[in-house]
Amino acid sequence: MPVEKTDSEIRISEPLNEDDIAQLKAGDHVRFYGTIYTARDAAHKRLISGVEEGKEPPVDLTGQIIYYVGPTPARPGRVIGSAGPTTSMRMDPFTPQMLELGVKMLIGKGGRGPMVQQALQDHKAAYCLAVGGAGALLSKSIKSLEVIAYEDLGTESMKKLEVDGFPAILCCDMFGGDLLQQGRNQWRQQDKLGSYEPIGTASAGKTDGGGK
Amino acid sequence: MTTDTPTGVREINADEITATIAELCQEATHFLPEDVVASIERARDTEQSELGKQVLVEILQNVDIAKNEQLPLCQDTGTTVVIVELGQDVHIVGGLLTDAINAGVAKGYTEGYLRASMVDHPFSSRVNTKDNTPAVVHVDIVPGDGLKLKVLPKGGGCENMSAFKVFLPSAGKEPIVDFVLRTIEESGGNPCPPLIVGVGVGGSSEYAMYLAKKGVIRSVDNPSPDAETAEFERELLERVNALGVGPQAVGGINTALAVNIETYPTHITAMPVAVNLQCHSARLKEAEL
Repeated sequence: MPVEKTDSEIRISEPLNEDDIAQLKAGDHVRFYGTIYTARDAAHKRLISGVEEGKEPPVDLTGQIIYYVGPTPARPGRVIGSAGPTTSMRMDPFTPQMLELGVKMLIGKGGRGPMVQQALQDHKAAYCLAVGGAGALLSKSIKSLEVIAYEDLGTESMKKLEVDGFPAILCCDMFGGDLLQQGRNQWRQQDKLGSYEPIGTASAGKTDGGGK
Repeated sequence: MTTDTPTGVREINADEITATIAELCQEATHFLPEDVVASIERARDTEQSELGKQVLVEILQNVDIAKNEQLPLCQDTGTTVVIVELGQDVHIVGGLLTDAINAGVAKGYTEGYLRASMVDHPFSSRVNTKDNTPAVVHVDIVPGDGLKLKVLPKGGGCENMSAFKVFLPSAGKEPIVDFVLRTIEESGGNPCPPLIVGVGVGGSSEYAMYLAKKGVIRSVDNPSPDAETAEFERELLERVNALGVGPQAVGGINTALAVNIETYPTHITAMPVAVNLQCHSARLKEAEL
């Protein structure tokens, strides 16, 4: 089963379909098993440019999981270096097209813009947070790495990872639930904020910048 | 090799600077400063949001794994910002200071299996320089014949959320509060909270941002020596944490570990304010030659 709920965890593995995604809610603790693909800024740009020119993506993305990461080089004897998530917002412009190609799950850090949140609902897909700045911890659950495309991009190449219990938190579900907005609404102490007016769609974040 | 000359000028060899920088790059990316670790532990103990607490637990596990297994704390090993405090009685021999620092960065990042994240031209070719050079180097001339090197590998997630604005001279503190809160709330999870918030007020535009960076590298346990500024730091920290952003923006009461404000006299027409955010992986290592 691509989504399996046990007493202790929610296990996720590809290939995912709409019914699998429908079981997941913002705030769920999840763990990934099996194959996930990496892509970040440069790989997204190249993949989408290729598709627009009529080329096939390097792999069939139907039901697949994409992790936004650019790891450090592996020391000899290791599979991978430090491998935490990068800022997802920078992938926002490419995300609706990735979802059209069949991607069902995204993993990164930080919030997603309104356009992506709508696209997740339209395409019945979801977005998870891995803990930003926990690249050493997250690397422990990565068991193998194979560069499958764009090798010249180095850390930004597209890689196939095999993971065993990679931990994440469901952030944006296919029903419009957004953990970051919910969290802020729950924990904001308006009495201490004085005249400051919180932003309505805070989790959308800024429209420029982003890093890691 | 260091030599004292008869004129009282101390000579420091460029090779020594290169070797030191290389070591600092590796140590900074593997070991989190103790004051930061203790501060994250306090946040973990006080966090009321269950998800927020879980995030802080994982961040602290990460600190241990990085230390014990020689893995970088974060895959973004940053732009290498180097702050040099150069005694004015020092003469650097055997090469240029900046060249020596860049050679050290190249050595440290290559030999340490750190990620090279610098590209050559910002809006054109953007080809990776492959050894994380060039560093961004600031030199402060100080009294004496010492040479202090501070290496700050600054990740993109937090650096990219920097903000700057010039307010009216008579505006007082309130617009500073709003500007800091807005910057942090809009940044959400991108800069990897809990944060160290550096705020630079005064000087000129570029100097205000440098002051903010100096705020970021000041210890989380070290309030401003100026009583009024220290009080403002406490007030701002409380209000930042009232935003509810929380660890990794999942919600919670620990959005920032500290707010450090640095000030400088400024022009009669202006109040420049710069905000520089530092992620919880507040990597900093220094050495004195």
